[in-house]
Amino acid sequence: MNISHPLFEAPDSKPLEEVLSLARELVEDTEYPTVKQWREQGGKVLGHFQVYFPEEIAHAAGMLPVKMRGAQVDGIEADSHFGSYLCSIIKTAFELAMTKKIELDMFVTHPICDAARNLAGIWSRNFDYPCQILYLPQNPNSAASAEYLTDEYGRLMRDIEKITGQEVTENALKNSISIYNESRKIFAEIYRIKRETPWLLDAEDAYVLVALAAFLPRENYNDLLNAILPRIRERDIKKQDKMRVVFEGGFCEQPPLDLLQTIGRSCYIVDDDLLIGLRWIYGEVKTDGDSLRNLAEAYIEQSSYSPVQHDLRKPKEDMLLKRYRQAGAEAVILAAAKMCEPGLEEQVTYSKTLDDEHIPYFVSEFEENQTTFDHLGIQLETFVENILFD
Amino acid sequence: MDKQNADDRAAIVGRGNKDGAALFRTWFQDLTHVAENDGRAAYVFVMGSLNEILKTFDFPVVFPEINSLQTAVRKVAGDYLGEAEDYGYSPDICGYVKADVGTQLRQGEHPMGRIPRPGIAVLTNACNTYIKWAEIWERIHKIPVVTIDIPGTREGGKLTSPGDRDFENDKKYVAAQLRELITTCEEMTSKKFDIDKFREVLGYANDMSVAWKRILELNEQKPAVFNALTDGTIYLGVANGFRGMREGSVYFKELVEEMEYKAANGIGSLTKEEFRLAFVGVPCYPIFRRFNEMFTDWGGVFVQSTYLWFASGGTNIGYEYDLKDPIESLAEGVLLSVRDAMDSMFHQEKIIEAMMGPFALDGVVYHPIKSCRTVSTGLADGRQYVMEQLGLSTLFLESDMMDQRVVSEAQMKNRVDAYFEGLISRRQQAALAE
Repeated sequence: MNISHPLFEAPDSKPLEEVLSLARELVEDTEYPTVKQWREQGGKVLGHFQVYFPEEIAHAAGMLPVKMRGAQVDGIEADSHFGSYLCSIIKTAFELAMTKKIELDMFVTHPICDAARNLAGIWSRNFDYPCQILYLPQNPNSAASAEYLTDEYGRLMRDIEKITGQEVTENALKNSISIYNESRKIFAEIYRIKRETPWLLDAEDAYVLVALAAFLPRENYNDLLNAILPRIRERDIKKQDKMRVVFEGGFCEQPPLDLLQTIGRSCYIVDDDLLIGLRWIYGEVKTDGDSLRNLAEAYIEQSSYSPVQHDLRKPKEDMLLKRYRQAGAEAVILAAAKMCEPGLEEQVTYSKTLDDEHIPYFVSEFEENQTTFDHLGIQLETFVENILFD
Repeated sequence: MDKQNADDRAAIVGRGNKDGAALFRTWFQDLTHVAENDGRAAYVFVMGSLNEILKTFDFPVVFPEINSLQTAVRKVAGDYLGEAEDYGYSPDICGYVKADVGTQLRQGEHPMGRIPRPGIAVLTNACNTYIKWAEIWERIHKIPVVTIDIPGTREGGKLTSPGDRDFENDKKYVAAQLRELITTCEEMTSKKFDIDKFREVLGYANDMSVAWKRILELNEQKPAVFNALTDGTIYLGVANGFRGMREGSVYFKELVEEMEYKAANGIGSLTKEEFRLAFVGVPCYPIFRRFNEMFTDWGGVFVQSTYLWFASGGTNIGYEYDLKDPIESLAEGVLLSVRDAMDSMFHQEKIIEAMMGPFALDGVVYHPIKSCRTVSTGLADGRQYVMEQLGLSTLFLESDMMDQRVVSEAQMKNRVDAYFEGLISRRQQAALAE
């Protein structure tokens, strides 16, 4: 579906700070007003759980892909459907759907972790629309994985077509890939700013500028960011004496913006894995040849890393060191969402590797519904001072 | 009962438990022998062990899940968990993983013997923690890790079948990975893949699959011929450890004989069976015997357990390999079986729905555990379906399979007692209504 006007705009007449503030409000708005507007105009919505989803396929079908990334909401409706020992995002993503803050026409989860793969079953017992698992390959090292994933994307596309009632053409796919390639350039530029001139863009603002892509129509998002980014580069803000850190642990459940702000008081976050699913594919996806095959190969061959993908070519600790070095960081914040098994397990490997490399690191757990950050702020300041005066 | 019948009964009844325990001791003795000679083993998991290929190459096979649960049953899990937590692992991750980390840190020291170090790890994606777990061995032991990716059911209640386009795509992927595993095994062992030996192994696995399916069905009998929680766990250990082996084949043929004998002679697991229950989840190993007694004391017997389905890797479906086309057939069998194992966890309500009639269920006991999110995440929601849509009485007990710190026995017993009082009341009300 094409929309008649952008769902969110940033006119030049508004100061940049006001635009960023409005963007933050929108990202934190658990009512998802722009998604509601999309639906009111007759659009269909596909909700997908973290981490990666090939949004291009849903986009080509005319649906609005929305990343179900949890929210700061009370899990009143969801709580009775889950046990005790679970991360928050599993429950709050479901809560958003149960309370109709986001209404979906299809839900897709992934076998990223033991909890998330249960979501298709739980969702399907509670909603009438199709709820399924997209089986992204857990053996990307098999010579057969690209062909398998192409077939799996084909299956997904046929299921999406049943919802929209029309066939997804190859031309539509190519067009969507081009639009998403434009987004990938934008993400790369945001992260270039973070690495090279982090004083121009606060950590929470950088996060917000990526997070908008999780629910805005991509054409709208690209236009918006292409308008905002030049204004950020032109800002006149002085560099401060803050430590350059990499934040690791935001691949699925997202820390509250206030937590990023707390870190930002004493550190520049020069790289991170926040919302890594949106930024999973590096560079451009090819637009010549078979589009599903191109998407599948990009997933396997030109992609990032996370604790929930096993790839023999990408040991996570080596990838973290690479991220740290490429960003010119001075320390690492090793975070994990509470009760997140893959994140907590990876913390052990990361910390031992950083010990071996004599790289300072700060270990922490977080929860999306966390509301107090004073303790964290003091601990971080102490961590930074210890390094500065070491 | 005449003397001949009494002798038959004495020879047959209880044989499965006795022989199963003996096989287990032998198995651990063999592993100890391997470890003491600095040999290496293949580390595998219960959901998709690929014993069929590994036994063709004569790998000693280690099931770390079984090693870990044994530390809980033998009351030493706390020591192993503590060592892993001191090493850095969180209290909030899988207890099996941590008990194994403890075992690795102790150079294989284990209450059942000594566990050899891994030479290779083979795993499926049936549980995501398998993948994270194998990465630990990859880092500690620098060994090859082979992940066999088995795509599961995409949408509850919509199963694909051989011949369907989507099924054949999945099968092609699984078959390619199995061929890659065979190549890796050839390179590691410097042995050529022996297709005749492979067929022999598959034949033994077939015997076990047919028998396992039959044994589970036999518990439709009243009284139930075995307790799915206690006896069933012994059988399950043999089903995993001896899959594709002659000893496993013989054991299961004899077990069928025992269960058929018990069925024919009305011999039950309990002398007086009052309530027929299904168990959903993973057993409470830290208080394994006492947990069961909380139910048997009220005349409750577990006639089925989803554990016997998923922790057998889906052997319950009774898939028989076609020995004329062994690799393709293994791919199909692994895909169907492991998929079924995953369905037994993610869509347990469908199983309860299918079994409640044939097994004459009075209730369902859910045992979600802190350690295992694969099994536990969907249980509260599945329970709602079972109560609201199927009208079955349920009990929901949260604890753990490994960590005694999370097991509150007194509180659990109070809830079990109250549950049975409710079942009795329900039965009385039904009688009055008639």
